[in-house]
Amino acid sequence: MRTGQQIIASGRYQTLNPWLEVEKIREDFPIFKEKIYGKPLVYLDNAATTQKPQSVIDATIHFYSRDNSNIHRGVHLLSQRATEAYEHARVKVQRFLNAAESREIIFVRSVTEAINLVAQTYGRKHVEAGDEVLISAMEHHSNIVPWQMLCEEKGAALRVIPINDDGELLLEEYEKLLNSQTRLVAVVHLSNALGTINPVKEIIEMAHQWKVPVLVDGAQAAAHLEVDVQDLDCDFYAFSGHKLYGPTGVGILYGKADLLDSLPPYQGGGDMIRSVTFEKTIYNVLPYKFEAGTPNVAGGIGLGVAIDYVNEIGLSNIAAYENELLSYATEQLCGIPRLRFIGTAHQKASVLSFVIEGVHAHDVGTILDQEGIAVRTGHHCAQPVMARFQVPATARASVAFYNTRDEIDVLVKAIHKVIEVFK
Amino acid sequence: MSYLDDLYQEIILDHSKKPRNFKELSDANHKADGYNPLCGDKVSVYLKLEDGFVEDISFMGSGCAISTASASLMTQTLKGKSLGEIETLFKNFHNLVTGKSSASTELGKLAVFHGVSQFPVRVKCATLVWHTLQAAIKSKPETVSTE
Repeated sequence: MRTGQQIIASGRYQTLNPWLEVEKIREDFPIFKEKIYGKPLVYLDNAATTQKPQSVIDATIHFYSRDNSNIHRGVHLLSQRATEAYEHARVKVQRFLNAAESREIIFVRSVTEAINLVAQTYGRKHVEAGDEVLISAMEHHSNIVPWQMLCEEKGAALRVIPINDDGELLLEEYEKLLNSQTRLVAVVHLSNALGTINPVKEIIEMAHQWKVPVLVDGAQAAAHLEVDVQDLDCDFYAFSGHKLYGPTGVGILYGKADLLDSLPPYQGGGDMIRSVTFEKTIYNVLPYKFEAGTPNVAGGIGLGVAIDYVNEIGLSNIAAYENELLSYATEQLCGIPRLRFIGTAHQKASVLSFVIEGVHAHDVGTILDQEGIAVRTGHHCAQPVMARFQVPATARASVAFYNTRDEIDVLVKAIHKVIEVFK
Repeated sequence: MSYLDDLYQEIILDHSKKPRNFKELSDANHKADGYNPLCGDKVSVYLKLEDGFVEDISFMGSGCAISTASASLMTQTLKGKSLGEIETLFKNFHNLVTGKSSASTELGKLAVFHGVSQFPVRVKCATLVWHTLQAAIKSKPETVSTE
């Protein structure tokens, strides 16, 4: 495993110092006016959820105050306005992912639901006894359990691509695991527990040589990396609104149109049908076939506005700034005695997971909280990752573009306090 | 004293670093495993009960400072106690860490956990071992959970 010093020495992080008016950006987020135990909020739990800019909050309020009605149904004006706003958000998502068509964008509740949708439709149709589904050793529970459930039901096998001590996928092992029984590969783009950026383009290319489709879990990636689903050539891509500065309760599943068209529906109900008699139901076209029931209309619209906000700053600027900040944080933290990073991949974004020798992560979290610092402590819904690194839990700081070097300094000072308490 | 100093008192830090009765009990006649799925804390309680009295008690496991110290101090306190006394102690302890009442005299050293009441998310850390003890007394065969 590489040490913090080695990470820095390798020159992986470049000081780009992009022009980003962070102080001005922070004014867009009302939550930063909050005091935590009388101290300024230092929000470093962005991998769990991100804060919302005023424009997103306003969009939600606007919808419920001015446009609220159900979509795809009424001929009345409000229903038309709501439908138009919601469908406009779908187009924004399409452009954000550079999908070829807007009907390839399915609104769901979360990445969890997106993955379950694929497991229940693609999985039920194509996975049979003796087949294999391939995931990686750094997956979130949401990209493990749906496949376990499917494999158990079908008598299929779940295979796991191993990782090295830095938390990087072993591509040569992956290559060996691909075979004629493989029906699907499901991998995370950016690991929530380790911060590793996986070479998904290469992973997809290798799977396609076996004609195996790939689902990419982009829950973390969408807010930190530029995603182009056509360039990646991925078959499914999932991300969630609330990790992209949008509302909770809305997520996106992208799927290639031909593939989605060939699949059975997910849930039955309203909106996903074209006609219903008691004898037979004809299903609706994409994307509505997969969108049964009244969706989270305000959430979808809010996500569209969040995408506008991110586009205004520019994801490449965001990525460059965050990379520089992560580099600074890594440098500052690696000097702290007894602190060890979990996740030292060459390609990383946003996430710094660490343990302090002799101190449990929850005690770290409690002491940081008293300083106004929000970090995540625990297993990060990735218990197999914790088992791989033989730690019960880690503390995880995850940065976004509204974080500053000053906040990292507050974090470092607080960690020194932890060490002082547990000397 | 700040809330933090109140929580991490010297005696708690000491017991978390050097837990007492931290071993398996070969002649235990009751045992239960506890698990907090939220944070991954694990504890096993070994109990030797004779005629309704605790002849010996020990624990194993891994967890945060609060849960380890709580287990350590609990085992120290309970040696020689009757099942009836244990029930009262747990009630008093629970009331203490949830801020419902201040420490009663019979709690003894356990009174040091009063600081937990200022940290509602940490209450489960302090009570996991007690819930596990209850399961051990009843000798439930399955793993208990604080959830």
